[in-house]
Amino acid sequence: MSNHIDAVVDAARDGIEHDGFAVTFEDGTYRLDTPEMTFENLSEDELYDLFTQWADEAGHDWHFWSDVVGDVSQHRRAFLQWVEGFDERPLNERYEALRNGVSTEWGQLRITVELDDDTRVYDVRHVDDADVDTDELDPYHDPLAARQLSTYDENGRYRPLKSGNNLAGGWVFPDIDAHTLVETVETFYPASVPNWYREREGTLDVEHWEDTIGRQTGMYSVIETWNRGDGHEHVDWVAEACCDDSQCVKRREWQCDDETDLDVDGGDGVFPCREPCSLVIAASRKWTRLEGEETQTYEFELTPSEKAQVEEIIEAVADGRIDDIREADVYEGANRYRTRFLRAKLFDEDGNLCGVPTDDE
Amino acid sequence: MQALVIVAHGSHLNPDSSTPTYDHADTIREVGAFDEVRTGFWKEEPSIREVLRTVEADEVYVVPLFISEGYFTEQVIPRELRLDGWDVADWDSDGLSASHVTLTAEDVPEKTVHYCGPVGTHEAMTDVIVRRAESVTGDPNVGDGFGLAVVGHGTERNENSAKAIEYHADRIRQMGRFDEVQALYMDEDPEVDDVTDYFDSEDIVVVPLFVADGFHTQEDIPEDMGLTDDYRTGYDVPAVVDGHRIWYAGAVGTEGLMADVVLERAADAGADIGDALEVVREKTRATEEV
Repeated sequence: MSNHIDAVVDAARDGIEHDGFAVTFEDGTYRLDTPEMTFENLSEDELYDLFTQWADEAGHDWHFWSDVVGDVSQHRRAFLQWVEGFDERPLNERYEALRNGVSTEWGQLRITVELDDDTRVYDVRHVDDADVDTDELDPYHDPLAARQLSTYDENGRYRPLKSGNNLAGGWVFPDIDAHTLVETVETFYPASVPNWYREREGTLDVEHWEDTIGRQTGMYSVIETWNRGDGHEHVDWVAEACCDDSQCVKRREWQCDDETDLDVDGGDGVFPCREPCSLVIAASRKWTRLEGEETQTYEFELTPSEKAQVEEIIEAVADGRIDDIREADVYEGANRYRTRFLRAKLFDEDGNLCGVPTDDE
Repeated sequence: MQALVIVAHGSHLNPDSSTPTYDHADTIREVGAFDEVRTGFWKEEPSIREVLRTVEADEVYVVPLFISEGYFTEQVIPRELRLDGWDVADWDSDGLSASHVTLTAEDVPEKTVHYCGPVGTHEAMTDVIVRRAESVTGDPNVGDGFGLAVVGHGTERNENSAKAIEYHADRIRQMGRFDEVQALYMDEDPEVDDVTDYFDSEDIVVVPLFVADGFHTQEDIPEDMGLTDDYRTGYDVPAVVDGHRIWYAGAVGTEGLMADVVLERAADAGADIGDALEVVREKTRATEEV
């Protein structure tokens, strides 16, 4: 006796239509249509038996979406369906896959859904922990636990951007239900599900650089002064610095303005970024100030290797590779001892490179 | 269905900035007064810009976790929430009396948004300041023989900033519970640096009217008052300065009872909160005694 068959038969009197299956009730008898066959003049017992023998999966699926998921927002339902490939595979294939578990990725989250008696169970963990035994990960069941897990990176440093590409692993939300899944995902990546849904529906309200900068007030209104002339090279630099896949798991959909796309790619993230975020705005304020300066000519003497080393240091910092450079690996330009040697040799007591003052006194 | 959305500043640099917001949201979530409780931030995610679309309920009560009326409550938050037809005149406020206004928001036109005044100017905030004094002294009857300093940022840019401090200091003074009550500021006179000049009482409780503990409440104010030469080395509570015992409370916004003010704001705007106020008062008091 399965709860889901009971639920289907209970609901059948009002009519059911779900994924190619339909039950109608007329003149005291039921009719069951499946994609392959039609059964007519059924009593309630016969309908029960048929669902058990011929349409168990359809009953199970109907029960899950109608009773377990129930009356929820469209974005929540669409996300749950996307997780298991509802629109991608017919029912029998979908169920075959669900028996073994269907996995997908959402930013740095790996979500797995599997069939369970009368419902589905989900598992959420870091993508890097896909093959790690659940027993070796710290288990959580409250979606709000994701708040703390997403606050610090693996070095214990504060992550100001929830969608930063530096989520730490080592945890798992095992055997959670559909509601908990969506809440957990939305706690790791706030507003990602509704924005993804709006994009699918063609109603995502993308706000481009010019729109977003235009509405800034107070200390951020200065950014508008950075937009000089017709070019958008500076906005390309902002996007390249902040919105690259290596930095943020969202896919940048905002451009310069309605008619002008940026030259840099928006990335491959599964869910979209609909406008420059507060971190981009804060950084752009600083860059607006810095870019207001006129260039000057400085004269240094560097060996070719020293010039190359300066470039390597910038590359290593920009790519966040500093922690990967081994302490004694003096073959790396950004090695700490190499860098300290460069400072010892080339900086004067005021920290000026090659003794050349920064300000033109 | 009704939802509560608490909006706050947040920070790119300090993870503790959003902690009180989350704590109060959790307290209210647990009492079950709302179908949903969400948080949105100026500097964190979800942004205030996008928080309304994360809400499934059709009645939404938005409460700003800010101390005073001004730039954020009047310009930034309504703009970022995309409140249709927002006009600060609809609040008809003297800088302290903003209660709520009911509007719709451009990106979720199907929802009704009740935009509330900030927590800091609600009369219930006075009780939180007093509770803070009780918490830091560990004495539920603290008052006799004690002076109380309510400390604000103070700024020449926004006169409402000082109004909230004066308002609560006046109300506590009228209670007659503490021997002396004084409003002090970081950036204007009378300054918190000279706290001991303003009190005869040997014991002084200092409660900063800030939402979160951060740079000002953890570094500036303790150093300015002379509790410590270097905030990193910490300070005692109480610490003796110029012959007075200073009971420094840290940001009032971290007090559990703050959840009560958030609820009061939503209830004033028409939210049906049942007996949540009583439950929160009991719960936040019990938590502190543990």
